[in-house]
Amino acid sequence: MLITLDINRARHSLDLDPRVTLLDALRHHLGLTGTKKGCDHGQCGACTVLVNGRRINACLALAVMHDGDQIITVEGLEETGASALQKAFIAHDGFQCGYCTPGQLCSALGMLEEVRQGWPSHVSPSLEPHPVLTRAEIAERMSGNLCRCACYPGINAAISEFGGAAEGTTSEDAA
Amino acid sequence: MKPFDYYRAADLTEAAATHQPGSVFIAGGTNLVDLMKLQVMTPDRVIDIARLGLDRIEDDGDGLRIGALVSNSDLAADPRVRKRWPVLSRALLAGASGQLRNKATTGGNLLQRTRCPYFQDLATPCNKRTPGSGCAAMGGELRNHAVLGTSAHCLALNPGDMAVALRALDAVVEFRDAQGIAHAHPIAGFHLPPGTTPDVETVLPPGALITSVALPAPKGDRQIYRKVRDRASYAFALVSVAAVLRLERGRIVHAALAFGGLGTVPWRDPAVDALLTGEAPSMVLFDKAADLLLHPAQPREGTAFKLPLTRRLLRAVLEEATQ
Ligand SMILES: Cc1cc2nc3c(=O)[nH]c(=O)nc-3n(C[C@H](O)[C@H](O)[C@H](O)COP(=O)(O)OP(=O)(O)OC[C@H]3O[C@@H](n4cnc5c(N)ncnc54)[C@H](O)[C@@H]3O)c2cc1C
Ligand code: FES
Ligand code: FES
Repeated sequence: MLITLDINRARHSLDLDPRVTLLDALRHHLGLTGTKKGCDHGQCGACTVLVNGRRINACLALAVMHDGDQIITVEGLEETGASALQKAFIAHDGFQCGYCTPGQLCSALGMLEEVRQGWPSHVSPSLEPHPVLTRAEIAERMSGNLCRCACYPGINAAISEFGGAAEGTTSEDAA
Repeated sequence: MKPFDYYRAADLTEAAATHQPGSVFIAGGTNLVDLMKLQVMTPDRVIDIARLGLDRIEDDGDGLRIGALVSNSDLAADPRVRKRWPVLSRALLAGASGQLRNKATTGGNLLQRTRCPYFQDLATPCNKRTPGSGCAAMGGELRNHAVLGTSAHCLALNPGDMAVALRALDAVVEFRDAQGIAHAHPIAGFHLPPGTTPDVETVLPPGALITSVALPAPKGDRQIYRKVRDRASYAFALVSVAAVLRLERGRIVHAALAFGGLGTVPWRDPAVDALLTGEAPSMVLFDKAADLLLHPAQPREGTAFKLPLTRRLLRAVLEEATQ
């Protein structure tokens, strides 16, 4: 099936079997191997990309269902002005092996946009007011990205710095 | 994955016309693609319903009509839902991950399949996957299995969170059958316990397409969703409770309690709600509610922990809801 994907602001036409996931289309058909395959079942977040601005697991998405969509992968992050996030990951030791990092970066950008839109999370004390970005909020909102090297403190610190998180761990501390 | 034909439906009529035996609809794909990779589901034809325009949440009198393609994220963040049906927002936010909720849809979430490991393992018998083959969970390794609504043929748990809140809120599932006729079915009785046919999971006839979920005005202002799981986030429920209560002059005048992690279907026992209604809240009353709820439970080695856990959780939720 012939489809067009807009990836990192460049249009790509592809002729794909409908079984091909968005993840495999990126990695095997377009050579964009920055996006990683961890579990291939939605359980780790290594494959996280932004589709029309929202983070999703590319391993559970059929590429043909994304015909015409705008996709941002880790390869396109610099152009989106996210190099400061990448630098923060380096400054805070937000990785060891780096395998989960592309997914962490894309997920963090999608997550911060969700916070800007005022979306609550499981740990938000109230559903009403605008959520406050705290360490606890970041941990909960990033729980879809596992890190086998357990660099969670560094990942959280990097996102806190980039996202301008409030001091303290919870919103009570921050208040 | 087994090969399949892919169709992108332009409208409901086309979606129905393209459907034939062996076809499935695909919405977010977060459950279906997973199971297709495992070859637990092997459709000949996959019909994409993501672009049918069923992704709006509309005011419906004093309630809401939630399009079947509304994502779990959008539903949880909707200001109306957060304000008047917070138990639904909370249940959604307690499920899966940020990425998954962005893709997962209202209709797909209602129809998600069990996470029973034997259902997902082609090497073992499973009456749900292959009717008549047996149930490897009986005498197998149990943990996330049902203790209520089970049968001699199946112990599989309904794993969803959203449906538990929808049960406590008396939602109505709206669908079109293969002939295009519109139907509405209360969420109570929408999911079917396994009985002798564990492969039949809902009242939906073959080829039916969920179009929306109607949410009536909430009958209680005290709403809580609490979920206990093996890790703090991104895990299915061991046990969860959705509570919708209203109190007047120190007495419970409306009680709706629904449970996840316990049943072969999202669980609600009208006798438990009736026991609480009209009463003044007390620990003695809450314990009686737990007795009544758990009386028919059939715990086994591996799932027996759910009974004391449910009791403690129910007491804590009712205590908080009646403060
Ligand atoms: C790692 C992981 C963790 C998860 N954790 C949780 C959790 O904690 N709590 C929880 O509740 N869920 C959890 N989920 C499940 C998730 O919520 C479901 O996968 C999701 O809601 C399914 O929605 P979908 O739109 O992606 O469905 P799809 O995968 O597209 O479809 C699922 C089924 O529904 C059918 N279908 C879909 N829409 C319609 C329609 N409108 N009409 C008729 N048939 C339809 C499909 O044919 C298919 O059989 C988790 C999933 C994963 C992968
Ligand atoms: S590779 Fe997609 S979630 Fe693990
Ligand atoms: S840095 Fe190794 S998995 Fe995260």
